[in-house]
Amino acid sequence: MTTAHVGHATSRVDGRLKVTGAADYAADHDPPGVAHATVVRSTVASGRIVEIDDSAAAGAPGVITVLTHHTAPRPHARARAHSAQVDPTVTHRLRPLQDDRVRYQGQPIALVVAETLEAAVHAATLLRVTYAAGVATTDITRAQPVLPTPKQTDKGERQPAVSQRGDPEGALAAAPIRVEQTYVIPRENHNPIELHATVAAWDGDRLTLWDKTQWVANVADEIAAELGMPADHVRVLSPFVGGAFGSGLRVWPHVMLAALGARAAGRPVKLMLSRRDMYYGTGFRPHTVQRVALGADRDGHLGAIVHEAVQETSMYEEYDESVVDATRYLHSCPNVATRRRIARLNEHTPTWMRAPGEASGAFALECAMDELAIALRLDPVELRLRNEPAQDEFKRLPFSSRSTRECYRVAAERFGWGRRTPEPRSMRDGRWLVGWGMATATYPTHRAPAAARVRLLPDGCAEVATAASDMGPGTWTSLTQVAAEALGLPIEHVQLRLGDSALPRTPPHGGSMTMASVGSAVQAACHEVCRAALARGGGDDLAAAMARIGQPVEATVKVRAGEETTRFSMHAFGSVFVEVAVDPDLGETRVRRIVGAYGAGRIVNPKTSRSQCVGGMIGGIGMALMEHSVVDPRTGRVVNANLAEYTVPVHADSPPLMDVTFIDERDPHVNSLGVKGLGEIAIVGVASAIANAIHHATGKRIRELPITPDKLL
Amino acid sequence: MSDERGPEQPGVDPAGREPLGGSAASSGAGVANAVGPRDAPVVAHATDRAVAPISVLLRVNGAEHRVRLDPRTTLVDALREHLHLTGTKKGCALGQCGACTVLLDGKRVNACLVLAALAGGREITTVEGLAQGGRLHPLQAAFIERDALQCGYCTPGQIMAGVACIAEGHAGSAEEIREWMSGNVCRCGAYDHIVAAIQDIAAARPPDRGP
Ligand code: FES
Ligand code: FES
Repeated sequence: MTTAHVGHATSRVDGRLKVTGAADYAADHDPPGVAHATVVRSTVASGRIVEIDDSAAAGAPGVITVLTHHTAPRPHARARAHSAQVDPTVTHRLRPLQDDRVRYQGQPIALVVAETLEAAVHAATLLRVTYAAGVATTDITRAQPVLPTPKQTDKGERQPAVSQRGDPEGALAAAPIRVEQTYVIPRENHNPIELHATVAAWDGDRLTLWDKTQWVANVADEIAAELGMPADHVRVLSPFVGGAFGSGLRVWPHVMLAALGARAAGRPVKLMLSRRDMYYGTGFRPHTVQRVALGADRDGHLGAIVHEAVQETSMYEEYDESVVDATRYLHSCPNVATRRRIARLNEHTPTWMRAPGEASGAFALECAMDELAIALRLDPVELRLRNEPAQDEFKRLPFSSRSTRECYRVAAERFGWGRRTPEPRSMRDGRWLVGWGMATATYPTHRAPAAARVRLLPDGCAEVATAASDMGPGTWTSLTQVAAEALGLPIEHVQLRLGDSALPRTPPHGGSMTMASVGSAVQAACHEVCRAALARGGGDDLAAAMARIGQPVEATVKVRAGEETTRFSMHAFGSVFVEVAVDPDLGETRVRRIVGAYGAGRIVNPKTSRSQCVGGMIGGIGMALMEHSVVDPRTGRVVNANLAEYTVPVHADSPPLMDVTFIDERDPHVNSLGVKGLGEIAIVGVASAIANAIHHATGKRIRELPITPDKLL
Repeated sequence: MSDERGPEQPGVDPAGREPLGGSAASSGAGVANAVGPRDAPVVAHATDRAVAPISVLLRVNGAEHRVRLDPRTTLVDALREHLHLTGTKKGCALGQCGACTVLLDGKRVNACLVLAALAGGREITTVEGLAQGGRLHPLQAAFIERDALQCGYCTPGQIMAGVACIAEGHAGSAEEIREWMSGNVCRCGAYDHIVAAIQDIAAARPPDRGP
């Protein structure tokens, strides 16, 4: 019997569904009688709706109903505030269509439901809206930064906004070598290729939502809370998610609008956002301004680090991400000050986007480290090696495992780093300027309580069920592998069910914690069901025991992190090396090679894991060279809210060589599977490595992303 | 401020509801004929008149379907909402992502940029039509083998474009494939695996010698 499934390069178990078009994403569901809806959005960034005349829209052919703040149902009397772990610290949740206030450009002000999409879209143009526009703040440089309200969590999971050890400013002033610079990340949008969509269908007082989400349980909880329903009266289905990268973590207003629209129309409603809608309704990586100051002695030992960030958020919620947190433990330094602040703007709330915080913070820190290496005339890898910490100096805990040295060594070797000549503009290929750069990557290993159910059948097959989602990393496959290995079954004998709020509860599919959390739950449930079956059927052969029992045996197990989190600092680490070529006349940058090495614990599936890492690298190329949601400060409008003007990497931008190595890392502490997660770390450091390579190629240090040709000319 | 709705109006998706450019424009008169002159403008301004449905014969994957459609319906919406062939995906409805790629008379098109009425009677192939009797098309199998997908949402479009790319003779090298596949965006970044899958199949079959 084959049992070595974990660590095997298994092809995706859902691959066939996906290549034949049979995988059902949210908007692929067509309950009988489904009507189509479209959202109408405000055209001012602040103020009040004085008048909203929907008579022409409501009377247009095919229109079933128009909801505005005059006609939308109010929350149920039993509606209660629901706040989940993915929601901002302080939230005055924006309830769509509940009053005449406009807080941001693009806020939903009406929903049109019609027989067809065409009729709905047309009728939406017939609404007549008059606003009393207020004063809007839309420019981060004009807003007063404030400290976020401290989060009261039971476990102190969120780190404090301010930290200090030693005497950073004093040490900085005394340091013989100093670097102090400001780095800017613009607003970026997730832009999964699947448009966000919700199909809502009521059956009496029960509601079914086919929703694009990374967390079915939270959608069910929130909609039930808002509508004053028992939580189990809302069922949320999301077995396939067409990418999300964080945009599917929260419950956005359109989900509620679909539910309200379906109730008002008395029919199921399909609401698929337009691409433009997604720039106003599903979050974004916040525009962030960071100051980094590094001080070192002449041997390259860090003596001081100051890292401060100001990040945009909305007027109604404090979204605050971990921009400076990695600086507290990544490199060894006795004197460190970090601070995160937020600036409130008239916009919708930013949200988690692939490696939220760490991706932005690493851009600043790892570019500053490169600048320090240059000031020291030291190789950038050597600088990092000289500042390898023996433990997490912030938490004062040992790392559960840390393979940074191995990552630098392996990636540098595979890249051929030893052949680099340090002088900028010293490497060329014909007329192209060639540059080599590198950066360190890190991301915390999170874990949250998760449950799974396993049912053994007398015929030797098993059904595994858990509410988790799979937005692309390969959760369908990796969980199947974990179960097959734990049960000693061939892959084909394990049937998995995912993405259904009626199944055992799981945490958000984000923060790179799905395998650590849900994988551990599946493994534990498998072990438990085996134990139960052997206890009932006797003997030590599971198949024989099941045959004797002659009926299914089932176990549901919930697992959570233990005290290891108080004994160890747990993170994945990596390093990424990049070769760019810059056209000296046109300023165009081409990424030619990316080589990454990661110490991310056990790799359940090297095939899908490579895909995930390469995907993160591609995301990092977008971040470095292309992505920027341009906000017109006069109106708060995103002027490039589409995929032609918000550019993302396409096939032609994909480097001819992408190389991923996983360091053989056995971490006995992180969780029973020994996994650390990969989705986020894969993008961390990529933009810095590219910026560093561009400096090496051109001698130009660009500290504001994206590094577009105009900045290099 | 009174309401001024230009094409920038957020929330109103003008996708495919504007007169078409490219190949479709040449047959634009067909729309007016089918609908009748009084409803000719596709982007209508305030009108309270019903848009008369039209009858269109769609030939998809070898089967014929007669459907009554709003004349403004794009091919991607006709396939998805009327024929329930949801394998063809919608990622922008503006011709910017390639998720809706299908073959129209053997050539790849963005189905969101084609009015369904203009596809009447023509041969449409979608991702559902590639496998033969349960046997995957070689490129579908190569996508699984090479792990040329993650979330899978761009995948039907990538596969249809890949089939066309090979048939066009544009799959001679990785570089050539990258150039000719650049209309199909993969936000998960599966590009190098997609190129490898296309190369595997291109190496095995010579391109069609088409026009
Ligand atoms: S949906 Fe047609 S190109 Fe994007
Ligand atoms: S596989 Fe997700 S967009 Fe391509």
